[in-house]
Amino acid sequence: MTRIKFGEQTFETENNETVLNTLLRNNMQVPYGCKAGVCQCCLMRSLDNAPPEKSQIGLKDTQKNQDYFLACLCEPENDMSVSLPNTEISWLDAEVIEKKNLSTNVIFLKLKSKEPLAFFAGQFVNLRRDDGVIRSYSIANIHNAEHELEFHIRILPNGQFSRWVADELTVGMTLSFSHAQGDCHYVEGKTEQSLLLIGTGTGLAPLYGIIRDALSTHKHQGEIHLFHGSHDASGLYLEDKLTTLTQIYPNFHYTPCLSGEVNDEKYTQGRANDIALQKFPKLDGWRVYLCGRPEMVLHSKRTAYLQGASLKEIYVDAHLLIKI
Amino acid sequence: MTGTTTNATLFEQLGGEAAVNAAVDIFYRKVLADYRINRFFDGVDMDTQAAKQKAFLTMAFGGPANYSGQDMRNGHAKLVKMGLDDSHFDAVVENLAATLTELGVSAELIGQVAAIAETTRADVLGK
Repeated sequence: MTRIKFGEQTFETENNETVLNTLLRNNMQVPYGCKAGVCQCCLMRSLDNAPPEKSQIGLKDTQKNQDYFLACLCEPENDMSVSLPNTEISWLDAEVIEKKNLSTNVIFLKLKSKEPLAFFAGQFVNLRRDDGVIRSYSIANIHNAEHELEFHIRILPNGQFSRWVADELTVGMTLSFSHAQGDCHYVEGKTEQSLLLIGTGTGLAPLYGIIRDALSTHKHQGEIHLFHGSHDASGLYLEDKLTTLTQIYPNFHYTPCLSGEVNDEKYTQGRANDIALQKFPKLDGWRVYLCGRPEMVLHSKRTAYLQGASLKEIYVDAHLLIKI
Repeated sequence: MTGTTTNATLFEQLGGEAAVNAAVDIFYRKVLADYRINRFFDGVDMDTQAAKQKAFLTMAFGGPANYSGQDMRNGHAKLVKMGLDDSHFDAVVENLAATLTELGVSAELIGQVAAIAETTRADVLGK
């Protein structure tokens, strides 16, 4: 017999009962479908102990790393504290320690958390202003001992939050942020795998984090191809840094793409996703990351899949899924 | 396939869960690439859809199925309004058979899978 803590309540399992059945027997409202580990409707997350391996069959590696499991397959071996995905919201404070322009409409923002934090580059956090306005942004840096977080914030013409970041937020001010979420990040264990990363606009932010994580933290050996798309050259806001990376790491390749007019041969004319997916028509065994405009991401996901990438190896910007 | 497997269930003979996992990727890709039926899959979440395909394959392979004919009926009602008919159902079964052929499954077992898939026709087409 084990104890399952769910929210404020604790329940005891009866012999060999699954987490799902324990919760349902106690009239808890939790989503479920097939009860056979197939539909993944009953996805939950363990907040303390790692769940039994058997309850993680079919999940993505990133989900496994974060102790997600399927409640219908989980016969707990130890007491567990569990939650539904993305409901474990608590807020941490961070101080703004750097702010500068990366281009005319993209701001680089660096925060320092007041507490240690765990995250993978490419995941996202929600940033919250004092009055409660919340926006989610991807983390563009790799984990460091200083508890820093970096973001690329696109200034939208009528953006309530982004305009405030541009006009009023200053170094020394405090922001709150939520725990890192999402599965769009580097996965350990396949250092020889080819990676294809396609980003438009500030969709580059998570990809830049993932690339540095792959190259410097994990010494990724496989080829890494980044295609960054923008309408004009001013939107290729990390061109210099990325070009430098290609000189340091021979397995890293950067293709800046312009959908507008091209006046310089170092740029490729066309949409980043079209160019990337035409260049690599066979994606069997590849891992693919797609971040940026929703239409681009959804279209490219389908194309990448039809060109051979496994669905489990296609990671997309999680903002799309939660639609904040 | 050699030896006698008369005591094994169809699901076991096909290779169980691992076989479903191998098949679903190939099957869904064939379906999405098939111009006769892929319009029915426009705008759906691919991960959700792949999970549904997996549940369907598990059932067609003679494995555990926990959804009812009524679920099938409700799930496809919108597609029937879009014009889903026998020709589309046949195309799906054809893709299923081609998937199994690609995985080296014998014609006899493919026939058994197709026969199970056939039992869902009336519910899928809302007949």
